[in-house]
Amino acid sequence: MAAIVGINGIGKSTLLRTLGAVQPRISGDIRIHDKALESYSSTQLAEELSLVLTESVASKNLTVRELIGLGRQPYTNWIGTLSTKDQKIITNAIQRVGLENIASKKCYELSDGQLQKVMVARALAQDTAVMFLDEPTTHLDLFHKVQIIKLLRSIAHETGKTILYTTHEIELAIQLCDKMLIMEQGKSTFGAPCDLIEQKSFEALFPAETILFDPNTGSFRIQN
Amino acid sequence: MPTSNKNRIAFLALLLILMFCFVLNISLGSINIPLKDTFIALLGGDLTDESYAYIIRNYRIPKALTAILVGSALSLSGLLMQTLFRNPLAGPFVLGISSGASLGAAILIMGASLIAGWFSISFVNDFSLAVAASLGGLLVLFAVMAVATRIKDTMALLIIGLMFGSITAAVVTVLSYFTSAEKLQLFIYWSFGSVGNLSWQQLGLLLAIILLGIVLSIFSIKSLNALLLGENYARSMGVPLKKARFLIILSTALLAGSVTAFAGPIAFIGLAVPHLSRQIFDTTNHKTLVPAVLVYGAILLLLCDTLAQLPGSAYILPINAVTSIIGAPIVIWLLLRKKKMIF
Repeated sequence: MAAIVGINGIGKSTLLRTLGAVQPRISGDIRIHDKALESYSSTQLAEELSLVLTESVASKNLTVRELIGLGRQPYTNWIGTLSTKDQKIITNAIQRVGLENIASKKCYELSDGQLQKVMVARALAQDTAVMFLDEPTTHLDLFHKVQIIKLLRSIAHETGKTILYTTHEIELAIQLCDKMLIMEQGKSTFGAPCDLIEQKSFEALFPAETILFDPNTGSFRIQN
Repeated sequence: MPTSNKNRIAFLALLLILMFCFVLNISLGSINIPLKDTFIALLGGDLTDESYAYIIRNYRIPKALTAILVGSALSLSGLLMQTLFRNPLAGPFVLGISSGASLGAAILIMGASLIAGWFSISFVNDFSLAVAASLGGLLVLFAVMAVATRIKDTMALLIIGLMFGSITAAVVTVLSYFTSAEKLQLFIYWSFGSVGNLSWQQLGLLLAIILLGIVLSIFSIKSLNALLLGENYARSMGVPLKKARFLIILSTALLAGSVTAFAGPIAFIGLAVPHLSRQIFDTTNHKTLVPAVLVYGAILLLLCDTLAQLPGSAYILPINAVTSIIGAPIVIWLLLRKKKMIF
């Protein structure tokens, strides 16, 4: 599991959305299995990577189970019939994320935290090797932030999926992520959080006269 | 196609209501035919009264079938547009199809005499009106589709469609201003909409086009459901966005375009029926909604047409007025009752 951090406007979401083929790339090239991203058809791509975006879903009049079921679209037939295998995968995703109690609820009845979990479950049901999440913890309280990131971490470790997400919760990422990408103007550093701390990579993230990084606790302190 | 038992019962009920409305529509009109004779005629029996048989065969049945086709097609295209644009206010005519058709009809009725004085009014008949309306609708539609392939943002497409509609409506206004009262009246009669006056041949053609539109939308069900989460999610789940959008627009064009050509711009049904169906079936799954709006739209338009005939009198109200007078209060009542808009 890897997190992308950096200040507002540095291009975290742009990078993630470009990797996820949501928006066209500005430069460079993206390859999956040594094949250019553009050469994948939308269905092929949907079997390789799944997304959780910041935009809210357009219609919330779906039940949780229906919404998660939509994640099976790359595998269903022309009219989207869910096979017993699909149903099983959906049930697994629901259990994995812990949504059994609300599976038959409508999405408009859910809190932001629950809805975010539903979106994670949907991405999980899509059954891809790579999962991208754009700021999955925004608008959530600390408890739910930790809950979501821990959930992602356990999914990544148990299923062997690659999970990449953007975040402003740098301290949380330092504690829970395997790898981190720090985006800064002109350069980016990628590595395990403890290595990045040793290399003093976090110090330059914010202006030192406002916010100081404490390498011992892995946290930021506000300068008075 | 509906999944749960509750939905199955609702469907069965709707189908029964549809059949009842069909018979009712045929039996009531300027001359009320007894229900018993209507049944006999529909089941292929011989009627003692030859005039009844003639009315039913050549006038009432085509009219009822047209109402079913028009109601179904408009409702389905409304559903497609509401999902594509993720906008509960969208209807079959947001892409400017109806304004384009109006422009076609207006040019035929009012414009031709302006351009060339010798172009006599005798050219204006049901057939030429249908052709002109189709051409007008198609023209605007092609313009919108040409833009659609170049533009990525669906919301921009919605605005462009509305702009095209405004332009054509403005041209119609200018034409109306310069035309004679007699021709203006002819145009206004067309714009009232009507499900009568279709021959069996025209009905067959309408049926063929609408069936094609329905087939296209059935093939779009999967992408429509994905679009419920928004375009970016839909694409990430493997929906080929451009192709899906094209199919949905094409289907709407066939459905709404053909209806407008043959029956005039009939308002409201396309906007209201998807909402009514969502309220009844409490779902946004298109596997349920597509058949639901088809049946629901047919029922509603049959009822509206029955009322428009003012049974027992020689007068016929414009169907366009009746659809709104009946439909709008129903939607308002449903929303007030449920206190929530389901979309």
